[in-house]
Amino acid sequence: MSRFLGITVLAAVCLVFAGALMITVWQIAGTQAPVDLPGLLADNLEASGVEHPITAVLLNFRSYDTLLEIGVLVIAGIAGISMANTASLEDPELRTSDSLLYALQRWFVPLMLVLAGYLLWAGSDRPGGAFQAGAVLAASGVMMRLGGIPMEFLRPGVLLRLGLALGFSVFLLVAVVSAMAGDAFLAYPDAFTKPLILIIETVLTFSIAMVLLALFVSAPVNGAEEPEEGESG
Amino acid sequence: MTLWLMAGLLFTPLAWAVLTLMVDFRKGRLVTWLGMAVQVLVSLGLWAAVASDGGFLYLLGGWQAPLGIELRVDGLAVTFVLLTALVAAACGWHASIYLDPGKPWHRYFWPLFWFLWAGLNAVWLGGDLFNLYVGLELISLAAVGLVALGGQADALRAAIRYLMAALLGSLAYLLGVALIYGQFGTLSLAGVTELMNSGDAQSGQTFPLVLMLLGLALKTALFPMHGWLPPAHGIAKSPVSALLSALVVKASFYIAARLWLDLGGELGGFALAQLIGVLGSLAIIWGSWLAFRQTKLKQVVAYSSVAQIGYLFLLFPLTWGVTEAISLQAQQGITLQVISHALAKAAMFLAAGNLIMSVGSNRVDALAGVSRFLPFSLFSFGLAGVSLMGLPPTGGFAAKWLLLQASLASGQWWWLAVLLAGGLLSAAYVFRVYRASFIESTDTDQFYHPSRSLEVIPMILALMSLGLGLVAEPVLSVMSLPFEGGGQ
Amino acid sequence: MTPSLLYAFAGVALCGIGLFGFLRLQHLLRKLMAFNLIGSGVFLVMVGLAQRNGQPDPVPQALVLTGIVVAIAATALAVVLIRRYYHLSGQTTLAEPAAKSARPKARSVNREGAPE
Repeated sequence: MSRFLGITVLAAVCLVFAGALMITVWQIAGTQAPVDLPGLLADNLEASGVEHPITAVLLNFRSYDTLLEIGVLVIAGIAGISMANTASLEDPELRTSDSLLYALQRWFVPLMLVLAGYLLWAGSDRPGGAFQAGAVLAASGVMMRLGGIPMEFLRPGVLLRLGLALGFSVFLLVAVVSAMAGDAFLAYPDAFTKPLILIIETVLTFSIAMVLLALFVSAPVNGAEEPEEGESG
Repeated sequence: MTLWLMAGLLFTPLAWAVLTLMVDFRKGRLVTWLGMAVQVLVSLGLWAAVASDGGFLYLLGGWQAPLGIELRVDGLAVTFVLLTALVAAACGWHASIYLDPGKPWHRYFWPLFWFLWAGLNAVWLGGDLFNLYVGLELISLAAVGLVALGGQADALRAAIRYLMAALLGSLAYLLGVALIYGQFGTLSLAGVTELMNSGDAQSGQTFPLVLMLLGLALKTALFPMHGWLPPAHGIAKSPVSALLSALVVKASFYIAARLWLDLGGELGGFALAQLIGVLGSLAIIWGSWLAFRQTKLKQVVAYSSVAQIGYLFLLFPLTWGVTEAISLQAQQGITLQVISHALAKAAMFLAAGNLIMSVGSNRVDALAGVSRFLPFSLFSFGLAGVSLMGLPPTGGFAAKWLLLQASLASGQWWWLAVLLAGGLLSAAYVFRVYRASFIESTDTDQFYHPSRSLEVIPMILALMSLGLGLVAEPVLSVMSLPFEGGGQ
Repeated sequence: MTPSLLYAFAGVALCGIGLFGFLRLQHLLRKLMAFNLIGSGVFLVMVGLAQRNGQPDPVPQALVLTGIVVAIAATALAVVLIRRYYHLSGQTTLAEPAAKSARPKARSVNREGAPE
């Protein structure tokens, strides 16, 4: 009985929440936004160095967001590998021996690598970009891993850590060099805007794929335990 | 000069996060010491620059506000940047001695520590609603990673609970941001405020503000959404607990306070303000009571955080619908409370870590007899406790005095009872720890002696919290510097 | 009423359903999926509401892209934590175990962690 009551109350709360949200959205939809940000964006697109507005927002106008966002990814990667187990890479239980998977892998992995490259390149003037390319790259890595292809660089070692941090470090270096060159943090010099964005996108693709793959690999666990402070053990 | 300082402030924590990721714990420790020195100096420099020239806006990427992201470098922001530098450096220093270099996962402490620091600075300076969201997530994930580090089941349970609460809170905040962007077409907090106060724009909606405050209150562990805090802060390593209690919970509160002070006048209401105040009061009473009842030392300190966070939420009723002077008084009181709690709580957790290390148990009653062996850490613990109780001349006293005056001046006398009861209750749980440590009848005479520097660090923090009451005037004068004073 | 606004309302519904799931479900993986549902709802509201007048607005689209990356990072971290937690305690919920000795070891129960 109390269980039923709990569900009812909870459902009522969620309905009230959704209703209030609905009303707010409806009321806001009836108004006109006083700031025309898309127009402002279109006026400044020329100066951003890329033709696609979303890429321009991500890597130029609001590049600080993107820098911190990659930081969030790297944190997740670090926290993930801090629990990883080296031995699990050789764990036979984690491999699938399936002829269909092997066939798929032979066909898909090269195709996916090409697709990732295309997505990265397309990002400058049509939908695409570093994250999409990185996700595809990571997906092909997951496929290779499931098929049992040894990927030594995914062991928690210096190579993995370098791979995790590469994209973030390059982005950060560009940011600080641009600050030292006289303008603000992350203000690219005019002449180099496009090549800089291209370099950042490329290394980001690589690092995003590494982080996602590292997190996929580190989900299995090791046996080491640490006692709580003050508890013997 | 200030541009260099800003670049240094933004660059150092992120760069050091990468650097320390590359090396092991021992080398990371050396690298971190250097980084902490740089960061403290840069923060001091920026604070001095703002104190003499006033605040300014920093355009990231050189783009102005609606299009780009602006950082708002004002007196309050640099005060918190400096506070973060001091407390984080103390915790980092403590951690570099306290943590066992032999454990392989401790090497990941340093990168997470630096990312946490970077996220805190991003939040203090942020002037863009969405950027604040990314900053909050940076802090949450780094904090969860630190709690879970090398995790055994209990730590993981606490970390997962913490992560779930933090994620839900962030989403509620983000939903509010989405609605505000939909209505005003800008993400800059200053821009939204200006539009709302300009009068001719249509009136704003209250629901987005309520959503954002709700999400941030969950992340700040306001009663009754505090359930995730004590397990996470209690089970983390002491330097991590100190960072979490002293700084991390303040980040989400800081955003909530800024939102309230900028938008609350238009969108808030008497009922909302009073409701938040009542929840804060309940947090003070309930948190202190639970702190008194805990059997584990660090749980006592963690529940004390729940109580002390409650004081912060008195900001909401004390700044709504009152005169400018009373509002300023309340803001100053809350700022002092944030600073003094950060210093005192960091001192308390670090001292608690030393005590636990010394007696080899985390139970309060295991402290029996420790007063003869570790008086120094015990003394730091007590000094920090004095500040939490709000006895003169501590920073806690100055803060509560200002709040008392603000509540009397605004005619909201009922907060008076809460302030007094909170002080008495915190005295109760601090003295309980003391009483346990002075009991002499004990079978254990073997105590481990932590190194001298471990004991010095909490003492420094506790003394700073104590001295804050004496230097409250200059600190507050920088905080309330007019923003337009500098080069905009 | 434009098609974009329809997206916003779908987002509102997702937020409501997700919130119910997040608060109601005990199993951690389900909780995590409910979190992702709310996240998708928030992203839909963000994009749909901003371009209610028909013309696309690239800014919220970029924000959502950032938001997705953050959500993926959080989700992946949560999965790692939950799997390790399950491995150590044999539990799929946050409920405190009754007694420490009664805690089953997951390795002997089920290696690949089939929930419930």
